[in-house]
Amino acid sequence: MATTTTAPKLKTHVGERIRRTEDPRLITGVACYLDDITRPGMLHAAVLRSPYAAANINSISIEDALALPGVKAVYVGKDVESVGGVPCAGSMPDLRIPNHKILAGDRVYYVGHPVAAVVATDKYIAADAIERIEVDYEPTELVSDPEEALQEGAVKVHPEYPDNVAFTFSQEGGDVEEAFRQADVIVKEKILVPRLAPMPIETRGVVAEYDQGSQELTIYSSTQIPHLLRTQLALQLNLPEHHVRVIAPEVGGGFGSKCNVWAEEALAAFVAMELKQPVKWVESRRESILVVAHGRAHVDTLELAAKNDGTLLGLKLHILCDIGAHHQLLTPIIPTLAVLMLPGLYKFRSFKADLIGAFTNRAPSDLYRGAGRPEATYVIERMVDKLAAEIGMDPAEIRFKNFPASTDFPFNSATGLQYDSGDYATAFNKALDIVDYKARRAEQEAARAEGRLYGIGISTYGEICAFGPSPATPAGGWESASVNVEATGKVAVMTGISPHGQGEETSFAQLTADALGIPMDDIVVVHGDTAKVHYGIGTFGSRGISIGGSALHLALQDVVAKATKYAAHMMGVDAETVTFEGGVFSSEATDSTLTLADVALEAHLCRQLPPGTEPGLAATRFFEPSNFAFPFGAHICVTEVDKETGEVDIQRFVAVDDCGRIINPLLVEGQIHGGIAQGLGPAFQEGVIYDDEGQLLNGTLMDYSIPKARNMPWIETDRTETPSPVNPLGTKGVGEAGTIGSLPAFVNSVVDALSPLGIEHIDIPMTSQSIWNAIHERSRT
Amino acid sequence: MIPASFDYSAPETLSEALQLLGDEEAKVLAGGQSLIPMLKLRLAQPARLVDLDRIPDLNFIAEDNGTIRIGAMTTHHQVESSDLLAENCPLLAKTAGHIGDVQVRNRGTIGGSVAHADPAADYPAALLALEAQVKLVSASGERVVSLDEFLVDALTTSLEDGEILTEVHVPVEQAGVATAYRTLIQPASGFAIVGAAVRLGVSNGNVSFVRVALTGVGPKPYRASAVEQALEGGPANAEAFAAAASHAAEGVDVLSDIHASAAYRASLAAVQTRRALEDAAGSA
Repeated sequence: MATTTTAPKLKTHVGERIRRTEDPRLITGVACYLDDITRPGMLHAAVLRSPYAAANINSISIEDALALPGVKAVYVGKDVESVGGVPCAGSMPDLRIPNHKILAGDRVYYVGHPVAAVVATDKYIAADAIERIEVDYEPTELVSDPEEALQEGAVKVHPEYPDNVAFTFSQEGGDVEEAFRQADVIVKEKILVPRLAPMPIETRGVVAEYDQGSQELTIYSSTQIPHLLRTQLALQLNLPEHHVRVIAPEVGGGFGSKCNVWAEEALAAFVAMELKQPVKWVESRRESILVVAHGRAHVDTLELAAKNDGTLLGLKLHILCDIGAHHQLLTPIIPTLAVLMLPGLYKFRSFKADLIGAFTNRAPSDLYRGAGRPEATYVIERMVDKLAAEIGMDPAEIRFKNFPASTDFPFNSATGLQYDSGDYATAFNKALDIVDYKARRAEQEAARAEGRLYGIGISTYGEICAFGPSPATPAGGWESASVNVEATGKVAVMTGISPHGQGEETSFAQLTADALGIPMDDIVVVHGDTAKVHYGIGTFGSRGISIGGSALHLALQDVVAKATKYAAHMMGVDAETVTFEGGVFSSEATDSTLTLADVALEAHLCRQLPPGTEPGLAATRFFEPSNFAFPFGAHICVTEVDKETGEVDIQRFVAVDDCGRIINPLLVEGQIHGGIAQGLGPAFQEGVIYDDEGQLLNGTLMDYSIPKARNMPWIETDRTETPSPVNPLGTKGVGEAGTIGSLPAFVNSVVDALSPLGIEHIDIPMTSQSIWNAIHERSRT
Repeated sequence: MIPASFDYSAPETLSEALQLLGDEEAKVLAGGQSLIPMLKLRLAQPARLVDLDRIPDLNFIAEDNGTIRIGAMTTHHQVESSDLLAENCPLLAKTAGHIGDVQVRNRGTIGGSVAHADPAADYPAALLALEAQVKLVSASGERVVSLDEFLVDALTTSLEDGEILTEVHVPVEQAGVATAYRTLIQPASGFAIVGAAVRLGVSNGNVSFVRVALTGVGPKPYRASAVEQALEGGPANAEAFAAAASHAAEGVDVLSDIHASAAYRASLAAVQTRRALEDAAGSA
């Protein structure tokens, strides 16, 4: 597979650093987010949530709340029993899905469990009324910790599932026992990957409106998946799908947390239909941290078998995933992605993975940026480093030794995936060159001689994205695109993806501008409204450009083919003689030329419709990929640890990423920067902390630390471009790569810095305190 | 995240404000960087907020007779960027620059911060090292008390009902005294896990003047007298600083929370105190 370091300049837009066309409206504050929406007669809802992790509800008294002027209604569990439960898309044979009602029935299972909803004339009254609802809770025994949940005699989260096992999943490849018998060296580690709050800057929110005349239910939701939400709401509310319209307005970040179907969405819909008045619910930050499905939540136990020369032989992994008390949409699926990507970029011969999902009295866990792949990448990159340290090999060398060669692609991984394309050594060498690896190692030697803790951390990561072939995804992996060349020559592009910060209004306009030879200003990219875009899957799993963009590519080809027929007919020449370049149709058979606008007008007026051609100049296409795409790259981090305080100074961060062909480098770099921030967060600061009572101890932004500008290092980005063969654009995806690739580089760097003290691993988040603790324990022993 | 209902008044004179505070369910709003979040979490539910923001007499920085008076409503940013303070009380100016972030420094006020008495706030370390005083005014009169006396416990002061903190008084820095502030912050809130403020005078290689105060370590910020005593009159060198700094948390009931254990805090107190002493010595 050819690897080039700069994109071939194909046309005038694709490959260029074009600023986002979305930005002016976002920056100037005229964009419409969920909470900006107001409808005539709109009511406001607030949700009462359980303060207990496990309790029986003996009774609920709503009279005081109803008595507050302005309160229209109060709903409890029994009032909404006709609404279908929150869906879960998992499919393991032993998957247990407890009934997940949109409001609790006679029992609550986690702190934050929705118990009642108040609807009032304004949000202030609704918030006051919530406090007037009296719930007689009878707290019961609970289990907060996932490891405890699986112990013999543990408290049962759901009495019907006495072992607290939500599901299991196993996969094996090669002869792992033989690999371990042949091994010269076996390294083991238990690695914790804590729960993370996705923390979109815009919290969740929904406005529901029901038109009694048309019977149309309109749901505005801050969602990544308007079409899937439409289908699910239709099922939950027993409505025909054509009576449900879902609109995703501007969405202020999702990070996977809005790739879900939430109880509050169906609840708002139900209320709007019941009261025949529009209703708005906007989540508070506190609710967001408390209940928006946390990501990761693994306790991983690993064993890695290798030869003394660094050859990786086999890997055993046991994942315990804390799923919380209930499943959300993709809860059981996410940790299986960690199993699939466990071999990372390496030629493992064998592996064995066992995954067990445990019910706990905690909020549900589900996908968060990277979804399974950061977990896999983190543990394999840690283990490879640990092995390198064990056998005294340079961590760069051990990686080169185990990469497949660029000629090995498509490469079949030990877990049965076919990596589409790759050239790992080239990307890694580039990162090593940028950081000047040899010089850094020399610097490290000098620093160590002075007793300073200087570390160099490497992560060579691979990931699976561009979800994905439909048979391998729970809800369809295709995407749709429609292109309509209007009579005036302007172009509307309708895409089934639902961008919420990724910038596809820009990149899709770039693709369209080049294909049709028109300025980007003449193109509008429409998304996020099921009445305007009839079919789609949504934006998640780094799929927008590869799947949605490929559908657009096909539709553009159709439009050009049809326009060429019109043009030939208009010019009176044979279609085969017509060429289309820079927006102009010309033919060697005639001197006359036509613009796309000329042809579009004629296609709408139909004064001279070519035989066998239909009016209009539009096309709709669906794209179904043949495989996932597999981006990769190398991140290198240089740190110095303050021995006395445990603080970490990040001195260098180099990210060389390969996400296939690039449409807009500016957007790619933006995704990498943001992604790295969300790798830095869990590395040093983030992690939800529950106590034994299932209470969240860091439930506000004064206690839960997301990365701030002052925490970010200077990021040195570069790239290689190895096109993907699985879609016509050759793109892979980049939305999650930074998050997946960066975390191990941060951790490996700190562990490398601490290694002279005999420290071999430190769990995340590596706060200054936890680093100090590790140093302190070493200096005591 | 919606506060309980309350009345709001924005008087334009101090006497009006004092009158409004006669209502015992009233609470003073002085920038709101701590109070507003507490209202939103409904941890505070006052019946009335008396906003001091429109009282022009409470926003000033002035020096007379060796004392710098700072109006309670002077923002952290104003303190941080004041030429008068930069020249005459640099410790306070540099400490203000450590508080929160730009938005917090633009809204938060010195009076609001001191009266709130957060045990991890930055100001008290500097103000205790400066032996600052606060002026408290009520309808029946006024009094000036030392900050040490004013701070009683976490979030508790000797402010009486009906009293408003109107001014903070700090001395013009002595000639030959160098200052430093060292902090390690809790990354989410930006508050100090440990903050150490130092004023140090050195003459002929010996410590001629020293004040050390810490914040974040215990239930209230404090003067580290054991550190001061260990240094006073002795050599101003690295060994002496280290030895003295090891007393930084002596006798203090060191806090422990999800962000820092007592052992870590106590260790940081010594480290940051030593480093602040070194910084001050280096800049003298």
